Amino acid sequence: MTPERQKFLNDLASLLVDGSPHAVALGFKVDSVGEGDARMRLPYREDLVGDPETGVIHGGAVTALLDHVCGLAAFTGFGGEDAPATLDLRIDYMRPAEPGQDIIAEAVSLRSRGLVCFVRATAHDGNTDEPVALAQAAFMITNASKAAQERAQRALREGDLA
Amino acid sequence: MSETLIKTLLDAPYVSGLGVEFDHRGDELTGCLPFRDDLVGNPLIPALHGGAVGAFLEIVATGSLIVAQPLDRLPKPIDIAIDYLRPARAADVFARAQVARSGRRVANVRVEAWQGRRGAPVATLHGHFLITPKRENSPA
Repeated sequence: MTPERQKFLNDLASLLVDGSPHAVALGFKVDSVGEGDARMRLPYREDLVGDPETGVIHGGAVTALLDHVCGLAAFTGFGGEDAPATLDLRIDYMRPAEPGQDIIAEAVSLRSRGLVCFVRATAHDGNTDEPVALAQAAFMITNASKAAQERAQRALREGDLA
Repeated sequence: MSETLIKTLLDAPYVSGLGVEFDHRGDELTGCLPFRDDLVGNPLIPALHGGAVGAFLEIVATGSLIVAQPLDRLPKPIDIAIDYLRPARAADVFARAQVARSGRRVANVRVEAWQGRRGAPVATLHGHFLITPKRENSPA
């Protein structure tokens, strides 16, 4: 990949994460992004706990992270020009995340042809052999997502996302 | 009492932080996710974050299991499948669950979320949860 292309993907990823109020509120960070793959991180925070007895992060926060990382992989899988909408997201919760540990989510776009893209993702807390959750998602380029994308490109050109 | 466990669920940091509210009558429960700017996923549509909607559906599923039968602990998700039917607009979201089966260890739940019109759902969830029902002779 050319450095220019990598810069485009990095800019896109930071736009899609730092430009998303909910992703910012939960503290999502982008570790890396490629053509059809992405790695994101959810740093452990007390205010994300779902069960105060155990200190384990709520499944919903893991769901949001997986949704976001899958979306990022789908977006770049489509070449980074068209914004896809999530059709469905399926998650298997393999085990509770270790309290105090960051949750890392890695997604790969398996196939993106035409209007549909299939993504698979893993969430773990350090050891990839012991995943916390597995996810599978499908995305699609829709009229609504195309319209949003045009607004985004216009906003990017004008250098103002607000 | 299911009231205690409902309170534990709603008071959990993540759940209270998301701002989830329950309208709980007997064994029926409707969830509300009041709109807030920091629930927006894509500010250009603007649409709520799919993860926030998914998490809300999961919380309503959990709450509905608690009011369906007396449990010792919070239900734990085994697997969930979320279908996104429409973009969730910058507005309140509501959800109700149907407990398809609640057994001794596992429960099967379906949840539907809507905004302006109940007949136009924005997302649905289907999931399995591990549950720990109270034993009949255990102290309440």
